[in-house]
Amino acid sequence: MANVLTAAPHSEEDVLIEQMGYDDHFHEHHDGDKFQSNFITTYIFSQDHKMIAKQFLITGMFWGVIGGLMSLVFRLQLGFPEESMAWLKPVLGKWIEINAETGMGALSPDFYYALVTMHGTILVFFVLTAGLSGTFSNLLIPLQLGARDMASPLLNMMSYWFFFLAGLIMFISLFLNTGPFSGGWTAYPPLSALPQASTGSGAGMTLWLISLVFFVVSVLLGGINYITTVLNLRTKGMNMWRMPLTIWAFFVTAILGLLSFPVLASAFFLVMCDRGLGTSFFLNEIFIGGQALDHVGGSPVLYQHLFWFLGHPEVYIIILPAMGIVSEVLAVHSRKPVFGYKAMVFSILAIGFLSFIVWAHHMFMSGVNPFISNFFVVFTLIIAVPSAVKVFNWIATLFGGNIRFTAASLFGIGFVSMFISGGLTGIFLGNSAIDIQMHDTYFVVAHFHIVMGVAAFFGMFAGVYHWFPKMYGRFMNETLGKLHFWGTMVGAYLIFWPMHYIGMAGVPRRYYRFDTFQSFSQFDDMNKFITIAAIITFGFQMILIINFFYSIWYGKKVTEKNPWGATTLEWTTEVDPGHGNWAGKLPVVHRWAYDYAKDGQEFISQITPLKEGESETH
Amino acid sequence: METTENVLHQHSENHEGSWEGAAAPFNISYGKLMMWYFLLSDAFTFAGFLIAYGALRFSSPSWPVPDFVFSTAPFGIHDAPLIFVTVMSFLLIISSVTMVRAVQEGHRENKRGVVFWMFLTIIGGAGFLGCQAWEWTNLIGKENMSVTTNPFGSHIDAGTYLDEKGNATGETFKAGASYLLHKSEEGGHDEGHAEGHHAMAKGDHPNAFVDNDGFIHKKFKLASGPAAGQVQMEEFGPKAFGALFFFITGFHGFHVLSGVAFLLIIMINVASGVYASRKNGYEMVEKIGLYWHFVDLVWVFVFLVFYLF
Repeated sequence: MANVLTAAPHSEEDVLIEQMGYDDHFHEHHDGDKFQSNFITTYIFSQDHKMIAKQFLITGMFWGVIGGLMSLVFRLQLGFPEESMAWLKPVLGKWIEINAETGMGALSPDFYYALVTMHGTILVFFVLTAGLSGTFSNLLIPLQLGARDMASPLLNMMSYWFFFLAGLIMFISLFLNTGPFSGGWTAYPPLSALPQASTGSGAGMTLWLISLVFFVVSVLLGGINYITTVLNLRTKGMNMWRMPLTIWAFFVTAILGLLSFPVLASAFFLVMCDRGLGTSFFLNEIFIGGQALDHVGGSPVLYQHLFWFLGHPEVYIIILPAMGIVSEVLAVHSRKPVFGYKAMVFSILAIGFLSFIVWAHHMFMSGVNPFISNFFVVFTLIIAVPSAVKVFNWIATLFGGNIRFTAASLFGIGFVSMFISGGLTGIFLGNSAIDIQMHDTYFVVAHFHIVMGVAAFFGMFAGVYHWFPKMYGRFMNETLGKLHFWGTMVGAYLIFWPMHYIGMAGVPRRYYRFDTFQSFSQFDDMNKFITIAAIITFGFQMILIINFFYSIWYGKKVTEKNPWGATTLEWTTEVDPGHGNWAGKLPVVHRWAYDYAKDGQEFISQITPLKEGESETH
Repeated sequence: METTENVLHQHSENHEGSWEGAAAPFNISYGKLMMWYFLLSDAFTFAGFLIAYGALRFSSPSWPVPDFVFSTAPFGIHDAPLIFVTVMSFLLIISSVTMVRAVQEGHRENKRGVVFWMFLTIIGGAGFLGCQAWEWTNLIGKENMSVTTNPFGSHIDAGTYLDEKGNATGETFKAGASYLLHKSEEGGHDEGHAEGHHAMAKGDHPNAFVDNDGFIHKKFKLASGPAAGQVQMEEFGPKAFGALFFFITGFHGFHVLSGVAFLLIIMINVASGVYASRKNGYEMVEKIGLYWHFVDLVWVFVFLVFYLF
């Protein structure tokens, strides 16, 4: 604490906080020191939301690399099924099967499916849920609301460690003799409910289930905390309509998680019973190897309903934080107020609400009643309205702005591009009639990778480049950042754009190889191209990793508190805020979060009182 | 010791009303708010289970009749539909009333009162668990229901049971009548069920078929319906019933068990004066009270779907 107190007030903001701030006597309790007294409580079992955010981010990056490398291995298989993969034998061991005569090494089909399953699970849950929402909710909710920490720092710490445990168990499952789970990240029965259904359905699925139950606990602990903090711990003057859009997005994301993950947990508990106790919740008459099993009366479609009741809100759990981050980053870097603030908030709320009543659009082809599908088609297409409101508002925010093309804002703009491209194909797939043709093809793969994969990553990258100075007190290298942006932007389109074509031509997902099919072999060159593009794009992500870790220790130091000239509260703290975030009093908020280019000033911080006669209109 | 959490929350709780930005919504503390959110998420978990129940039940052609399945009570009471479950539900509901009294005494800062009423609540919760244990023991041990086997079936059409020679007896049943498959080797221990007494060898008999697990499938001649005149035998009831019953009441029972454990811990804390010195007083009692009422409320739904419909 000593280091933060000795820093004398020197900026306008400090004076404002000193004069008008709210004194909660936080530092009189001398708690900050006790709190981070040794290495373990500072870096490992930390209860400081800023450290927990870094833990989420770095763990997420670790999983991002693992999940990305997995996709490269199965892309190699799809692009170059004729080439020998024997060179991967030292890493993948028995999963590379060497042909004794030719010496050709081929990826085992079982492991191909395991890789695809793990790629999906890891990216959806560990990277884009925990790594994105976990990181930025933790970092920004207390900082942007003017809170000392989360409502319950202890539960917050537990949220990370449950996530860590979930990751650890999933990691162990990669090394099982029978391999990790291989029935797809959606874990549909019977592949998930019968241990003997495939090689990965035994121990691999058991660990997968345990891991994800811990993950649900992590999400719930985090979500309860985020919601309570947003509602209860805002600083004086920070009413809901003055909250930055990031906070609105994290708030609604947490509500979605709180309401949808428990239903996933119920589905998992029932699957566990089917696996372990011989019940038939999700299993009907079924034969394995000509042998009739005892199961009768269950419904695999019931699992799909329970799963997608989480599964659909989950894609908004992934994309909403990215939307919030992008709104903030675009406003700051185009030096303009975000266009249509209230419309943005209502769009977030509308998307959040609608996300709960569209889940069966993932199940058009699973035998649900086509008449019921009509409702889901209508609600699905209605989501296009708030989504389009957001897109137009981002474009209007950029329009006429004095845009600073930093790595952060480039990724923000890239996000808008990706969200439009992927969103439009969503309108195709949301129609149950068109879905008959598109279902289970590479068109679907292209759609969801662009709209919730790449777009969410772009939001995450924008956030990392933008708030890195807040996290580590140093800047990331801008040149490398821009290189990273252009490589990723071009690369992502090169990977996923061609997939639309091969998907429309009917090439199905989940196939191990295509060259043996007369009708698909004409796309061999396209598949090669996609694989090469994927490898190169993955290479560009290494630039981010290097830039990130290099900058933590050797990046250019941040010298001023508010390097981006932003209005929000996190930039009124010390460059490297200690525990409790503000050294002295808490800032008091007098205006909304987007007073850019107002009254001839470039920006006006939220803690600046309204001038005589100035109205807080927006 | 002053914990960081306490310090964190002082400012929001000291300044309710005047706090333009951070007025506590619904005027409650962060702890109670978190408990509410937890209960909301837990309600969704139970909702998932009950929806699974509905989906499986209504895709099943028949379903056991609760009045028949739950008609046994301790002390040799038979044919007393829903009497026992009424008693256990009553215990649980009463324990909610005593919980309310405990919270009230907490507001009055009456330590002895809190301990007294919490103790009664624990008795109620433990009593409910005891009843549930007896009910499960009876269903599993005596009536041979399990997560994979459901011996409670019902007739689709009217008919007449057959005797040892394969001739129709005077024992008739109506369409929709319920039956319970007994196990042959346990017939001797069965105190009240007159029809399950004799031990039968495995295999086919003129009046019944005894399967490999020893279940006696009584044979009957149908008197109505499309298959009138044919001889058929009693089949197992829908499997999902047993699985759903044990899983959902078990999951609820686990909640009650955890509730009793937390009540016990908090009661001991109250008795040793832990909360007397706290700024927020007996709020912990209030929080566990919220949980306890929630568990009671869930039981109402569980009761509704398993015992009433």
